[in-house]
Amino acid sequence: MKKVFGRPKSLKATPFHYCPGCGHSIIHRLIGEVIDEMNLQEKIIGVPPAGCAVLAYNYFDIDMGEASHGRAAAVATGFKRVLPDRIVFTYQGDGDMAAIGTAESIHAAARGENITTIFVNNGVYGMTGGQMAPTTILGQNTTTSPRGRKEKTEGFPINLSEMLAIARGSSYIERTAVNTPANILKTKKAIAKAFRLQMQGYGFTLVEILSACPTNWKMDPVKSSKWIDEVMTSHFPLGVLKDNSGDKKDAH
Amino acid sequence: MPKVLMRGNHVVGEAAIRAGCRYYFGYPITPQNEIPEYMSEKLPEAEGGVFIQAESEIASVHMVIGASMAGGRVMTSSSGPGISLKQEGISFLCALELPAVIVNMSRGGPGLGNIAPSQSDYFQATRGGGHGDYRTIVFGPNSCQELADLTYEGFNLADKYRTPVLVLGDGMLGQMMEPVELPQEIPLKKLPAKDWALTGAKGRASRFIRSLILDPIKEEEHNWKLMRKYEKITREEVRWETYFADDAKMMVIAFGIAARIAKGAIKRLREEGVKVGLLRPITLWPFPFKAIKEISKKVKHFFVFEMNMGQMLEDVKLGLEGNGEVHFYGRPGGVILTPLEIARVISSQYYQKRLG
Repeated sequence: MKKVFGRPKSLKATPFHYCPGCGHSIIHRLIGEVIDEMNLQEKIIGVPPAGCAVLAYNYFDIDMGEASHGRAAAVATGFKRVLPDRIVFTYQGDGDMAAIGTAESIHAAARGENITTIFVNNGVYGMTGGQMAPTTILGQNTTTSPRGRKEKTEGFPINLSEMLAIARGSSYIERTAVNTPANILKTKKAIAKAFRLQMQGYGFTLVEILSACPTNWKMDPVKSSKWIDEVMTSHFPLGVLKDNSGDKKDAH
Repeated sequence: MPKVLMRGNHVVGEAAIRAGCRYYFGYPITPQNEIPEYMSEKLPEAEGGVFIQAESEIASVHMVIGASMAGGRVMTSSSGPGISLKQEGISFLCALELPAVIVNMSRGGPGLGNIAPSQSDYFQATRGGGHGDYRTIVFGPNSCQELADLTYEGFNLADKYRTPVLVLGDGMLGQMMEPVELPQEIPLKKLPAKDWALTGAKGRASRFIRSLILDPIKEEEHNWKLMRKYEKITREEVRWETYFADDAKMMVIAFGIAARIAKGAIKRLREEGVKVGLLRPITLWPFPFKAIKEISKKVKHFFVFEMNMGQMLEDVKLGLEGNGEVHFYGRPGGVILTPLEIARVISSQYYQKRLG
């Protein structure tokens, strides 16, 4: 019988611990497929964050070095400067990236640090139980914005990718989602493009991925996927925010 | 090898490069700015050398973590307030078992304090200012020569034990110039191989380095493992020196630049027939508890001099276990005493105790 579908070889045979409907499992798989297809397993180094994806090293069959909360871009900088011919990526959530790690993110982009960031935006602090994140949208209920986020008291959410696109050192930034098969395919292409541009020395690349957190959103997975399309994307529009690669077409 | 006249902060940079350090990440703060300045000048000329002025102390120490995971010999430096910010990374370096050298040219504190020499970071350095059960090797050099030797040696110990090493200097040591015999440069090829480094899983199984250990039994095992390492360091790496200890009736105990000043005082007092000696801890952790206990069999009067409010004093008392009377004299805030001034205080104690 012909095998038409299998586990990417850069993922270990370990079942994911992520909740049903969570986007991390899909994103892990996409990264694994890209690593396999680009033959990077022996020369890629990943930096997992503090947060739900901290255990990524249990799933990826590649070298990985843990960063503390928000510091992934700095840790990845250390890796890349010692090993400039390896591919280095960070895997970060929205709290990690856009709150506690804002400085590290902006300055890695400004330096044009030749690394790739996979920025998983689900609008909440997942691992700690669904608190308000820097990307929680106005009106959204979380355990620390129980009456819904209001601009007067909790302030506005941050569109970090748009900010990083302004940085002169960033070369490619795209926002995608993993809520539909079409968006999942686009996300995979964006990750592959970011890694390719890093190999070509373009400098800082980032793929922001809107990802569902049904457990903390208190919605079922189907409703969560719809919510991304109907609500989340109006605050975080999908598409290419920056592309210095000179590619005629976008990643798709 | 001929001696060169160099400023303490430059000595640190040159000794690090000669020890094979090719990666430096830092952030400006007085009185240690000559270290990043020196590294920014010299590292790009060295094979594979990288200098980054990071956006913060926090970022710089985490760049150190990444470079160390990748197998590089790496250093950062700062002063008091900046070292406070690096504590997060120092806790992680210990937990992740990563080698690195961290230099603190300390200044007056707490808070912003001032930029004058002070020894008020002793607790922070020796107790671990970060969270969790950990220790760091801490050197307390008292001359530019020792800055060179201990910075160089720091990289070897950091690699040997896979643990960060702190060099606790002060603004005076960093700024003063002295003749120094620099250590021999080690070729990069002769640096110890690191079979644990993360370099991309080429021709071997993939591996990871992490500090999150959710299972309490495994975290306990990890803590025991670290503890065994710290016990080995305590057995094998304690360093101290004595000066005029043989017939001393009173021993001065001081570290770093305070010990250097005390030495001048003791030399002066000896000329007057005052039988006073010096014990100078060179490693502040591990602390020379045994040496102090040994001396307390002969000497009963101790004079602890620090440029702070009495921090090493606690270790001296622990070492004495009650066997001796301790007088403390401290000058915090960045005040520098002359040997003559401290000689007067020592001699006043000496005669009050009717030792002469």
